Amino acid sequence: MTEAATEMAVDTAIKESAIKMRGTDVSVFYGEKQALFDVNLDVARNSVTALIGPSGCGKSTFLRCLNRMNDTIDICRVTGEITLEGENIYDPKIDVVELRARVGMVFQKPNPFPKSIYENVAYGPRIHGLTNSRAELDEIVESSLRKAAIWEEVKDRLHEPGTGLSGGQQQRLCIARAIAVSPEVILMDEPCSALDPIATAKVEELIDELRGNFTIVIVTHSMQQAARVSQRTAMFHLGKLVEEGVTDKMFTNPETKLTQDYITGRFG
Amino acid sequence: MTPSAIILIVLGLAAIGYVLGRQRALKTAQREGVKLHSLSGYHGQSVALFIAVPALFLLAAWLFLQPVLIESSVSGRIPQSAIPEGGARSLVMFDVRRIAEGLNQIVAGGDVSENDLADMRADVTDVRARLAEVGVALGSDVSPIVLQTAKEYRATDLTASFVRNIAVLVVALGFGAWALARIRPGLRARNISETFIKALLMGSSLVAILTTVGIVGSLLFESISFFNMYPAKEFFLSTTWNPQFRGGSELGILPLLWGTLYVSFVALALAVPLGLMIAIYLAEYAGSRLRSYAKPAIEVLAGIPTIVYGLFALITVGPFLRDWIAQPLGLGSSSSSVMTAGLVMGIMLIPFISSLSDDIINSVPQAMRDGSYGLGATKSETIKQVILPAALPGIVGAFLLAASRAIGETMIVVMGAGASAQLDLNPFEAMTTITVKIVSQLTGDTEFASPETLVAFALGLTLFVFTLGLNILALYIVRKYREQYE
Amino acid sequence: MTDTSADTVAAAGRPKARSLYQVSARTRKRHASETRFRMMGLAAVIFSIIALLGLMTSILSNGLSSFKQTYVTMEVFLDPAKLDKKGNRSPEDLAKITTFTIQPLIQTALAETMEARGIAVEGVNAKTAVELISKEAPAQLRHFVLANPELIGQSVRFELLASGRIDGYYKGRVTMESAALDRNISPEQLTLADELKAAGLLESRFNWSFFTAPDASDTRPEAAGLGVAILGSAYMMLIVLALALPIGVAASIYLEEFAPQNRWTDLIEVNIANLAAVPSIVFGILGLAIFINFVGLPQSAPIVGGLVLTLMTLPTIIIATRAALKAVPPSIKDAALGIGASKMQAIFHHVLPLAAPGILTGTIIGLAQALGETAPLLLIGMVAFVREYPGAPPEGFFDPASALPVQVYNWTQRGDPAFFERASGAIIVLLVFLVIMNTVAILLRRRFERRW
Repeated sequence: MTEAATEMAVDTAIKESAIKMRGTDVSVFYGEKQALFDVNLDVARNSVTALIGPSGCGKSTFLRCLNRMNDTIDICRVTGEITLEGENIYDPKIDVVELRARVGMVFQKPNPFPKSIYENVAYGPRIHGLTNSRAELDEIVESSLRKAAIWEEVKDRLHEPGTGLSGGQQQRLCIARAIAVSPEVILMDEPCSALDPIATAKVEELIDELRGNFTIVIVTHSMQQAARVSQRTAMFHLGKLVEEGVTDKMFTNPETKLTQDYITGRFG
Repeated sequence: MTPSAIILIVLGLAAIGYVLGRQRALKTAQREGVKLHSLSGYHGQSVALFIAVPALFLLAAWLFLQPVLIESSVSGRIPQSAIPEGGARSLVMFDVRRIAEGLNQIVAGGDVSENDLADMRADVTDVRARLAEVGVALGSDVSPIVLQTAKEYRATDLTASFVRNIAVLVVALGFGAWALARIRPGLRARNISETFIKALLMGSSLVAILTTVGIVGSLLFESISFFNMYPAKEFFLSTTWNPQFRGGSELGILPLLWGTLYVSFVALALAVPLGLMIAIYLAEYAGSRLRSYAKPAIEVLAGIPTIVYGLFALITVGPFLRDWIAQPLGLGSSSSSVMTAGLVMGIMLIPFISSLSDDIINSVPQAMRDGSYGLGATKSETIKQVILPAALPGIVGAFLLAASRAIGETMIVVMGAGASAQLDLNPFEAMTTITVKIVSQLTGDTEFASPETLVAFALGLTLFVFTLGLNILALYIVRKYREQYE
Repeated sequence: MTDTSADTVAAAGRPKARSLYQVSARTRKRHASETRFRMMGLAAVIFSIIALLGLMTSILSNGLSSFKQTYVTMEVFLDPAKLDKKGNRSPEDLAKITTFTIQPLIQTALAETMEARGIAVEGVNAKTAVELISKEAPAQLRHFVLANPELIGQSVRFELLASGRIDGYYKGRVTMESAALDRNISPEQLTLADELKAAGLLESRFNWSFFTAPDASDTRPEAAGLGVAILGSAYMMLIVLALALPIGVAASIYLEEFAPQNRWTDLIEVNIANLAAVPSIVFGILGLAIFINFVGLPQSAPIVGGLVLTLMTLPTIIIATRAALKAVPPSIKDAALGIGASKMQAIFHHVLPLAAPGILTGTIIGLAQALGETAPLLLIGMVAFVREYPGAPPEGFFDPASALPVQVYNWTQRGDPAFFERASGAIIVLLVFLVIMNTVAILLRRRFERRW
């Protein structure tokens, strides 16, 4: 991994000043069923944090707590505290719209809106009123598409529907769409699971580049992916956080047997 | 023997055939000491099918064709001189049919024997009064030739019915005997009866096609005879609707079309925004408990018959609009008006549009919503800028279906819009629609060969073409839309 | 904050690292617009509920009173001198009694009863007093005499219909003021009615004859009932059920299980979807042109109505049946085929029974639609004035009859406002039938709904 990552995480713990988001005793209930048990996890600024674990382990649930996407599910209830820059995002006084503008999300399946490529990217800046003129908007769209490494592929057909792109292009479009709002944190829920290996490689490369400007939390099914893109990794199992720490260490010398078994493919 | 008696006899024969077929199959198998290829029930079933199905089909076809064939043969015998000036042959035939029917009733009443009837002469007996006694009212006295033709008509009809009954029974017995005779243990009775049933299933699916053919055929046929009497150019382009039952009518469709479109416009202007907002509210804002009650409730509401809304327009909405809005504002004094019919029709369409839009909004994938919420959009922004554009084709389809319903709606406009054909902009004036005029031209005592009556078919054809176009377009759009998310 | 991303990315954006607790003016505006939108949705729901309540209130307030009817109870002397001049009680002679013979009997009876009770109102004589009683009453009495000739010469207690105006007076439709302007009733007569009521001779009770009596003429709204209409609707529903269900199910089985996927099948399917949306009045034209003019079936007959409604109901049943057949998992059919059943056996023995609840639900909903359908029946002459009950089926299918919704329309076309009450009452009856049918359908669906 890059030097920046190793530099930032000399020790397994993150320096207090480098904490972007912090979850304290986070539990999630779906109706009567508890899906997440007292998770304590910090997310370091300008780094990639990977959440791994077998399916149904709660990693996606935790991710969706970070920008309160779980609010859209009626029966879902969250307890504990999650902070963004020290402010509890579950405080009733917090405006979830503002929160999501700062903590963006990219989903498992590419979900471009049935609009043109341009409109897809411009949607966020428009609703948040980030620009005053068409020229500024054009600029944001272009820079977002560039950052998402898809500009060259789509610059000649900005006004064609986004749904006409290939799967990998669609996903990078969705990343561009998230970037366009200039969030501080980008949450990615298995962003490559619906993509072929070549598209996956492109998106992974992109994630690594984005790390300079954004804090990224990524849920992934693939251990290799976690190892390739992340600086820190958290392992979930049955709704509990089993282990978390610097990625390199986790993959070479895990603390728990469970993690070791999972990483070596004994289960999962 | 009436057709229903024949049907019962044929069904009885089929039941007997079933029993006989079964027994014969079992017996032959026993005698020859072999196993039956098919269960004995299938042997019975195939015999019963062979008895009932061809015979009943013959009966149906005969019932359908007999009046037509007799009519064409008898009508040829009316000399040109017997047809009144300016009248039509079909008009005379109409009388002939009714007189023949009346004669039947007189004979059935038992007062007059067949022989007396043969002697009955129009210039001696007061046939008209006689017929009036059995409830057949005629517009004029019966001429000898017409009475003679009516008698011939009746005689042919009786003979034909007799031959029909014999033919049906012969077919039933003949096919039955043949099916019974060929029963062998090795006969593949199951395959035979299954093929038979499959043919019946296929035949049933043709009923839908036949219905459409019947609709198009009858509309076209009568419309053509209308356009032979009345110039098509006048019909489509004239702005006056003024039927006169003594001839010289002006039958321009434009005022009716205007009324139809105006009422539909008012209805849709009310129903589309409201219906859509309700669908949005239920799909995106309401809790699942409310939804679980609201959905079936809306479906039930969409099933309220339009006569209920018609009555509502007539006794409540019409007088209310007249007394509280139209009269104080000096806009009119009629309780039936475009506004009355339009508003009530709008209320009728709300559940229809809600129900369709709800399905369409729900079929927009959740991923779209997540994508928008994940960017920090509010619910209404997501609805307005992501869900509605995504659902637009489906909603347009629903809108077209609603428009087609509004144009074809009858009872609400009959009871709420009025009957005066005019081109006016004031929505508080009574106006009339295509459907109202179809009803008024085809009910009551009308001569079936005058342009004033036949115009209803031309109106019907126009209506059918309009709604068909809207329906096909709507179905096409909705289908395409469904495919998009499947 | 040392957030590097702020300078690079959000050049045009809002300042970073602002506290989440500070809500920007723009966000506040967005939330206001959100609330407005939500309120608009709620307003739409509320408006519709109000419209629906208005509809129901209008119908109920106008129609519920038709379930009560005012009757005058009194003894009438069946005078043999008038009814049976020959004194032989022969049915043939009795059949010649006219209502004109009976009218004076009622007049005398009322006058005597009033005298016995000491009821007298100034300005009302025996002749005007009897106007309180419906013109239908003599017919009612005549019918009774013909059925019970042995009672001639005795006094019999009768419950006679009060006239429509008197009935309307007790239902709030007629007032003293309106009576003063009405040719058919005077305020004095209303006062007399009040006196009779106080004496217990006149009372309102449940109106059974509303469900059983046939229609009545323009001047006798108090006697009009739904008997013929209910019977006619029932006949038509029988025909629709007997034809549409088997044909619809057969067509659905063919289309769902046997039909090859080709243009022809596609045509049938588009055709069915289209028929479901063809305006109902067009089916009326079809019925008039084909069944009445071409085939020569009688006008106003339930058979024609039944056939027309069958064609209208078929698409509904076919669509519901196909959905029900589709919902049965193919594994069940495969299991039957796997043990050597023929395709026909697999479908009729296994798939069809499992789809039955869905088919039944669709059929009931289709029938409910057909029951409320009016426009096509107008064209095939069901709107005619029919006082005779149709005979027993199957011959009765060819007799003239009315239908519930058409009877409603028919009554709205009459002059006397008392018929509006009857029309609303008939709508209530119709709606009760529909609610029952729909409830059964919904319950069936809930009861048998199966998740595979």
